[in-house]
Amino acid sequence: MSALNIRHVNKTFGSTQVLKDISLAIDSGEFLILVGPSGCGKSTLMNTIAGLEPVTSGEIRIGDEDVTWHTPSERDIAMVFQSYALYPSMNVRQNISFGLEMRKMPKAQREEAVSRVAELLQITPLLDRKPSQLSGGQRQRVAMGRALAREPQIYLFDEPLSNLDAKLRVEMRTEIKKLHQRLGTTIVYVTHDQIEAMTLADRIAVMRDGEILQLGTPHEVYNDPVDMFVAGFMGSPSMNFLPVTLVSHAGASGYALQIHDEEQGGAALTLPWPVERDTQELSSRVGERLILGLRPEHFLEDDAIQETSGEGTRLEVTATVVEPTGADTLLQAWLGGNEVTARLGPKSRVVAGDRVALRADLSRAVLFDEKTQRRLA
Amino acid sequence: MANMVRRHTTSARLWRAGLYTLLIMAALVYLLPLVVMLLTSLKPLDDIRAGGLLSLPSTISFEAWSKAWGSACTGMRCNGMSGYFLNSIAIVVPAVAISSLVGALNGYVLTKWRFRGANLCFALLLFGCFVPFQVVLMPMARTLGWLGLASSTSGLVLVHVVYGIAFTTLFFRNYYVSIPDEMIAAAKLDGAGFWRIFWRILLPVSGPIITVTVIWQFTQIWNDFLFGVSFAGFDSQPVTVALNNMVNTSTGVKEYNVDMAAAMIAALPTLVVYVLAGKYFVRGLTAGSVKG
Repeated sequence: MSALNIRHVNKTFGSTQVLKDISLAIDSGEFLILVGPSGCGKSTLMNTIAGLEPVTSGEIRIGDEDVTWHTPSERDIAMVFQSYALYPSMNVRQNISFGLEMRKMPKAQREEAVSRVAELLQITPLLDRKPSQLSGGQRQRVAMGRALAREPQIYLFDEPLSNLDAKLRVEMRTEIKKLHQRLGTTIVYVTHDQIEAMTLADRIAVMRDGEILQLGTPHEVYNDPVDMFVAGFMGSPSMNFLPVTLVSHAGASGYALQIHDEEQGGAALTLPWPVERDTQELSSRVGERLILGLRPEHFLEDDAIQETSGEGTRLEVTATVVEPTGADTLLQAWLGGNEVTARLGPKSRVVAGDRVALRADLSRAVLFDEKTQRRLA
Repeated sequence: MANMVRRHTTSARLWRAGLYTLLIMAALVYLLPLVVMLLTSLKPLDDIRAGGLLSLPSTISFEAWSKAWGSACTGMRCNGMSGYFLNSIAIVVPAVAISSLVGALNGYVLTKWRFRGANLCFALLLFGCFVPFQVVLMPMARTLGWLGLASSTSGLVLVHVVYGIAFTTLFFRNYYVSIPDEMIAAAKLDGAGFWRIFWRILLPVSGPIITVTVIWQFTQIWNDFLFGVSFAGFDSQPVTVALNNMVNTSTGVKEYNVDMAAAMIAALPTLVVYVLAGKYFVRGLTAGSVKG
């Protein structure tokens, strides 16, 4: 049985449709992340789940109950807000127990619940403080404690980590994941940060313009994006998009991709398409312009792969910018009139201006239709 | 100011000295009426007849104060200001409390339970801030008559509540606009309803704006003369009307010291309120402009 079931939900504000026929279902204990750029409708979708905004049409079910027209307090959900939304006049203890008090839980039980979540989140020493006396990370914990104390059927997180500094954000991310693994709670989590989405989710719903473009596991969304938007949105640095022409080729698959390379005197660079990635679709597309999607990690520095095999096509590029991050080195270079980003190993000693030999691993590359931006192969 | 870079030339110092002299003079001019009132109220009548306005009293006497409070004649009666002072309190306290509470509720609804036309509603309410007292006199008199509240304390309370709501709503609405909606959403999800959110979440954080509203309303209503003289009955006249009756009397010897003492008594409560809560008044006016 699904914990949350959204069926054909539409939402319009005036003449703009912010949610377009959204349907999705979440299993009990699942961690679903709604991700997308600002204005994509993810927060609106969350607010309709919470009951803070009415839907224009459609149905929302929690458990096996239709809650479409239930008020927020009648739905068995708790929410963690980006701004934490703690009650400034109450101390931490009162903040956590307010929801329990509203639901008429006896005092002894409330105190028990408060000390349980306080211990879980390690905020016991803060219980008598006011929110104004807490740091951002501590407020975040209290906000989570307030949600956890209620033990609702579904937790909603609305960009909970956006107001934290980078280091704390990573720490809290891990902590949220731990909590989810430990408590097995059902979570719907909104973020615009694709790294949060990748690291936390059981499933990701990528949204744009009020539609869910793709709903799948982080692995699926990352490796098998349905279109150029999803491909470009997930992953950092973004996937490289190169205009190519599909041509017939004597190689195993019978196809190759031509990159027009002005840098090398206009000569075309030919990349044989791997045979295992052959699809029916391609045969009708020979001669057409397509978009090749290559993630930064699909490039390898030539030295690095020589010992393994000669797979992939050797590409010579000139490095324009080199950004060592410590864990690896990001290289920007011109490849046939396009600036591409490649993720090289930490041992790379490339500096800007160098000629670098790269190999592109086309077995993991994706192809898109230039006009519709839909995935072809 | 110590934390300022400033030239230390002779001409710059002279300028500064001149500036301060001007400012101190201006301050003295503004203070002068109060000084004259206070001095006069403490003088015996002979001193007043003999000396100038600013001469110091030969003996300090509080007789004028006690007469103003207890036995001076206001029109036909000679019981001093005390009864009217209590009348004013009986008008001000409920009027301030009710108008502030209604303003807080209006502000709450206009910002946190927005409805279609909420902005229009607020804009129309704001008109109330600019309606002069005189305009509402006649319709208000008719209304009070219909309601059977003419010439009563309750009637005056009603008038002040109605007139004050525009201002109190403005104050609370602008304050509540800066309170994040997410806080209200969190309370809704926690299971709190309309009234619980108001009492438990919003009012406890409204301290600064409550102070502003109470001071504003208190001062307005306490100092009101026109509504008092128009709508009060013989037994419910506020202190401002009594002061007028006392000072404007045309019979007997003019007792300036008693008049001044009476005026001071009438003005004292608003001064006290401002001295006690003025700090919060300024703070409340700027609340929301800087994030707490």
